Amino acid sequence: MKTAVIVFPGSNRDRDMFHALELITGSKPQSVWHTENTLPDADLVVVPGGFSYGDYLRSGAIAARSPILKDLVAKAESGVSVLGVCNGFQILTEAGLLPGALMRNAGLTFVCKEVKMTTVNNVTRFSSKFTQGQVWRCPVAHHDGNYFADETTLARIEDNGQVVFRYAEGTNPNGSINDIAGITNAKGNVLGMMPHPENLVEPLNGGLDGRLLFESLVDKAA
Amino acid sequence: MKARVIVTLKNGVLDPQGKAIEGALDGLGFGDVGSVRQGKVFDVELAGADEDAARSELEQMCEKLLANTVIENYAIEIV
Repeated sequence: MKTAVIVFPGSNRDRDMFHALELITGSKPQSVWHTENTLPDADLVVVPGGFSYGDYLRSGAIAARSPILKDLVAKAESGVSVLGVCNGFQILTEAGLLPGALMRNAGLTFVCKEVKMTTVNNVTRFSSKFTQGQVWRCPVAHHDGNYFADETTLARIEDNGQVVFRYAEGTNPNGSINDIAGITNAKGNVLGMMPHPENLVEPLNGGLDGRLLFESLVDKAA
Repeated sequence: MKARVIVTLKNGVLDPQGKAIEGALDGLGFGDVGSVRQGKVFDVELAGADEDAARSELEQMCEKLLANTVIENYAIEIV
C-alpha cells in the first residue's frame, strides 16, 4: 500500500505516523510539504496531528487553506483514502471534507490520556478488521476535540453510519456530542478521528490496538 | 477604509469558554451576570474606497476563512 503524509508548520505527530505506516505497510510513506500543489500517487493520504500554525484563528483553519489542500480535496473526491488524526481531523472539517466542527474541550483543559473507544461501524475501509462493537484502547492528546454538528447534520451522519468510533461509556474526554470520536464522509473514504491509533501499534507503545485501523486499510488496498 | 468583523458563536452551540468567564465574573462579585458568550473581533484595513465592494469582499473573507459557519455567525461594520 502506498501512503503519503502531509506536513504543515507545527505538525508534530507526523513522525509517529510515518513510523506506524512503515511498520504496518512495509514501505516508506512519502512526506508532502503543505506548499506543494500535487500529492504523489498513493492509496492513503494522512493528515497528521499537531498544532498547525499554532492553532491560530481556529484549530486547523489556516492549514485547511494551504495549497496542497486543493489536490487533497480532488483526491478525496476521486475515492483515495484520506485519514485525519487529531489536528488532521480538525483540518478536514475546516476544509469541508468532513461535516461538523471541533470545539474547545468541554472541561477547558488539554487532555492527554488513554481512552476507550467502541467501533460502532465496522463496515468501512478504516474499520473492517475490528469486530462490530469492539472496545479498544487509544491515546488522546488535544485541547479542541469537542465534536459538534447541528441537529440535521448529526441525524444525517448517524443515519448514514458515518459515526465509526465513539468514546466508550464514561470515557468521553472532551464533551463530544453523542460521544463521537471518529466519523467518515458520506462516501466513506475520508475518516477523521481525535484519538491517535498511530501511537498504539507495537509492544513498546504498551499495546497494539491501533494497528487494526491501519490493517483494515492495507486489506482494502490489497 | 477600515472595517470591523465580529464573529460570534451561533445560538445553541455550547461555549465552555464563555461559561468559564461567566463563573469567574460571578466569583469577582458580579452577581448580575446572566450569561457570557465569547467571540472574536477582526479589524481589517482595505485599500479600496467603495463601501459596497468592501462589504461583499469582507463577506467572502468571512465565508472562506474568518468564520466557521458550521458554528459561527459574523457581522460586518464599516468604521
